[in-house]
Amino acid sequence: MFTRALFIACLLLALPAQGDEFTKEDLKRWEAEYMKVMEKGEKLFHSTLGSNKVSCDQCHPNAANTHPETYPKFQKQLGKVATLREMINWCLKNPLEGNPLPLDSDEMIALEAYITWERRGTPLAPGKH
Amino acid sequence: MKRRNFLKGVGLAGLGATLPFSLVEVVWGLGSKPAEHESFTFAYISDSHLTHIQGARFTQNFDQGLRKAILEVNLMNPPPDFVIYGGDLAQLGKREELDHGLELLSGLKPPLKWVIGEHDFYLDMGEYWQDKISPLYYSFDHKGVHFVVLNSILTYQDWIKKWSTPMERMLNMARLDNPQGSPFMVGEAQLRWLKEDLAKYERNVPLVVLSHSPLYKIFKPWNFWTDDAEGVQKLLQRFHRVTVLHGHVHQVLYNQIGNITFYAMMATAWPWPYPVSYVQKPNQVPKLTVFMNRADPFHQRDGTGWDILDLENGTLTNHYQLWMNENRTVAFDFKLEHPVDRNYQDPEKRIPPQFHY
Ligand SMILES: [Fe+2]
Ligand SMILES: [Fe+2]
Repeated sequence: MFTRALFIACLLLALPAQGDEFTKEDLKRWEAEYMKVMEKGEKLFHSTLGSNKVSCDQCHPNAANTHPETYPKFQKQLGKVATLREMINWCLKNPLEGNPLPLDSDEMIALEAYITWERRGTPLAPGKH
Repeated sequence: MKRRNFLKGVGLAGLGATLPFSLVEVVWGLGSKPAEHESFTFAYISDSHLTHIQGARFTQNFDQGLRKAILEVNLMNPPPDFVIYGGDLAQLGKREELDHGLELLSGLKPPLKWVIGEHDFYLDMGEYWQDKISPLYYSFDHKGVHFVVLNSILTYQDWIKKWSTPMERMLNMARLDNPQGSPFMVGEAQLRWLKEDLAKYERNVPLVVLSHSPLYKIFKPWNFWTDDAEGVQKLLQRFHRVTVLHGHVHQVLYNQIGNITFYAMMATAWPWPYPVSYVQKPNQVPKLTVFMNRADPFHQRDGTGWDILDLENGTLTNHYQLWMNENRTVAFDFKLEHPVDRNYQDPEKRIPPQFHY
């Protein structure tokens, strides 16, 4: 117990305010990391991810009509409050006749990053139909 | 009863698809000679985007859309005088896709007139289409009405030449939201041809122009756009009334610019969103249009359909045949001088699904 407290105290002395300091370079790097994933999502969104040569952008150019700002929301067709990722999987299974993605997969996160990027600036509207 | 109220009354009572002839005569009498032609009906099927997967496999969803339209047109009684196919029969311009479309459309009873779309064109620059299907631009007369078909999906030579293979070019044109895309145009040669073609006609001839892209400017990032639209409009200006029918946008859309009435035709494959629902770029979506209902993705055919068009007194009544949805009728209003939705034009009458965001 004593050792741990001492360790934390030393850490605080050595690196003051470490938690909330970041540089412009950090911001640039973090944005670049995001954009890398977003661009991967853009590619996936414009690829034939299922079995029938259909891609997401065929119904949703620039991810329009996906309304990411409204999730989670009640989907009457699913009979429950659903997330955007669940709806992405619904599209993969139905119009694209493919397999759903694990909800925490890199591909799913990339798709979400692209869809929300195209909707940037829109106020959150959870639950809105 | 004022004429305007009477018109509304006709719509509400649903006294059929066309305006009473007597009323129309009165309006045409205001200074110009009435257009003389026999009334008739034609149908319009468009944007089926038949997609070849492998071997004998095609994307079922899109096949079903075209099959349904063909079935329903064949049930029309009396049958339409002819059917316009509005372009984008294929998804990637492949012979397999165009042949498959021809096979399906061979079951259609009325004769067909063809308009080419960019998805039919950019693999082989329209070669197979011209060889097996139709010329790319032409005109014809029917019961006193002059029809002109334009190939409005041409684009700049630099863009055409920049791709290493025909399929790369096709894929880049097929992607609607492609930042590397290129705007559609009719081009100088066709404008010259159009001018000559129209020179033979009096200003009061009923005129219908058929193109794949809208012959006005709505949203450049998705090519809801024709770069030299003004050049075409200028040649149409001397006519009393002109109607332009186009495909490509996969949605209910109508507009009036001067003497020209514009109608978009439904797609059988899938609906495109309205550009107002993409928030990053400004758009010029016509304020006149009452939007179609937001499509329910859980109903595969929702947001798709085809059109029945009644041509009377030089103007059209457009019956949008909307699957999984209430049909919509949009007709030219002689008092307001623009097209009007029979039920929903009044902003107070609009319903929640018509709001897109
Ligand atoms: Fe199309
Ligand atoms: Fe098109």
